[in-house]
Amino acid sequence: MGAIFRREIGAYFTSSIAYIFLAVSWIFTGMFFYYTCLVTATTDMSGMFQTLFLIFVFLIPLLTMRLFSEEKKQKTEQGLLTAPVSLGEIVFGKYFAALALYTIALLMPFVYALILSKFGVVEWGMVFANFLALFLMGAAFIAVGGLVSALTENQIAAAVMAFVAFMMLYLVDTITGVMKDGTLKNIVQELSFMRKYYAITYGVFNVSTIVFYLSFAVVFNYLTIRVFERRRWS
Amino acid sequence: MIEVRNLTKHYGDKHAVNDISFTVEDGEILGFLGPNGAGKSTTMNMLTGYISSTSGQALINGVDILEDPIKAKSYIGYLPEIPPLYVDMTVKSYLQYIYDLKKCKLPRRAHLNEVMSLTKVNDVQDRLIKNLSKGYKQRVGVAQALIGNPPVLILDEPTVGLDPKQILEIRTLIKKLGKNHTVILSSHILSEIQAVCDRIIIINHGIIAAHDTAENLSRNVSTDHRIVARIEGPRDEIIKAVRNIDGIKYCRADMEREPGIYEYEMEAVPGKDIRRDLFRVACEHNWPLLAVRSAEMTLEDLFLKITMGEGIVIENADDKAEQKGEKA
Repeated sequence: MGAIFRREIGAYFTSSIAYIFLAVSWIFTGMFFYYTCLVTATTDMSGMFQTLFLIFVFLIPLLTMRLFSEEKKQKTEQGLLTAPVSLGEIVFGKYFAALALYTIALLMPFVYALILSKFGVVEWGMVFANFLALFLMGAAFIAVGGLVSALTENQIAAAVMAFVAFMMLYLVDTITGVMKDGTLKNIVQELSFMRKYYAITYGVFNVSTIVFYLSFAVVFNYLTIRVFERRRWS
Repeated sequence: MIEVRNLTKHYGDKHAVNDISFTVEDGEILGFLGPNGAGKSTTMNMLTGYISSTSGQALINGVDILEDPIKAKSYIGYLPEIPPLYVDMTVKSYLQYIYDLKKCKLPRRAHLNEVMSLTKVNDVQDRLIKNLSKGYKQRVGVAQALIGNPPVLILDEPTVGLDPKQILEIRTLIKKLGKNHTVILSSHILSEIQAVCDRIIIINHGIIAAHDTAENLSRNVSTDHRIVARIEGPRDEIIKAVRNIDGIKYCRADMEREPGIYEYEMEAVPGKDIRRDLFRVACEHNWPLLAVRSAEMTLEDLFLKITMGEGIVIENADDKAEQKGEKA
């Protein structure tokens, strides 16, 4: 798994996706930090974090689009699948590489929090809660994006499909808003990313929420493994 | 050692590979021949665990590729038809990655250097793979298969895209590796298979059409009664006269080798030597006999005969002759 992880990280940087991803996410982090904290002279960073959620809905497809589709297109997949490694190692190696890069992007708010702490009192609990919420949300999204990437050999298609999937997850609350009360609504509501996200940012640490995100990631990575297994057996 | 038992692959109704069985011993090189779409790559992909078989078994060093794929794969060095190269890596970092991927235990630097010098890629080790020529890419592909010194090597057309000198080098390398590895290689170049392989399997439409040692396969076709002669004289008359020789089966003109001078390919009934009769006919008509040689049935002829069926070979005989002429 280590070899795949390292190669994937390297590929992010040689293909310049890493630079684009980090630059764009830090531009927006900085922009919203400026508007929500500096302009209003407050140490409350929640406004900045709230907008970041949407930014990453747009940016995570950039990380996941080439994970598997590129291997298929360049025929390097054959080397990977005939190497003495399990499908789980392949899928998770790539998954963790994307997650690592995403985590690096998430570290920037801490830099801003450090700067703010020089001028006022920063609510570190809130910063960490927001970081955790964004991290868990990304961990789940990247797994979804990975699955989508394994289904196609076209990076653009993978990016668009991942984006659509993320928007659907993002908009679950909008959908449930017009649904009739009942079991179906309750089930769909339970899938809501936003609710759980905001719950964490408000400091409501619920084990079930964390389990929800993590199992979401595991299930989708498992589905990716199944896609490869199925392709072999077809 | 590789054991293949009744290996079959169906894609829907299409039988890509149908009930193939063979064994390759340690230190043996097996050549895989067949036209495009015959099932060579499919068979290799099943052996290496890239795709599953519909039925049947493939054992690598006694380990079933489907039952314990990771262990079986660790015995195999595989060069697919299209080398699985990450083109934006340098040769060295790519091979280091393969070393890590295969969880190789050999001394890292020494082993990588050994593989790179074996495949003669050390002078490009710091270049990006995408900037390499096809020949170098192919050799990097061979190099990645050799990493970890796996006992079984499966090479799908290892010399594609190489120039004649490189082909010779890779061929020598494969022969050398064949002494202590189990090697399967496929190729379109029949002389290559002939030069390198101990045994040959000709595969067509997913079944084994022939399976024997290289010598036996060529010996199967007796050669003494087929000759090629270069005769100076009027073409149609020559053909007519030769056809009158007792025991001749056919005679036809090949291509024009010198201005106005043709080569003629003729075949007599088996066991009949027509060279003397031919000389006599030429003398009678005062046609200088410029060259006579026996038309040895090459592996290429045999290959076409087996994969296309006798009837088709004769129909296409003229085209084949032209192709030969172009080569000469």
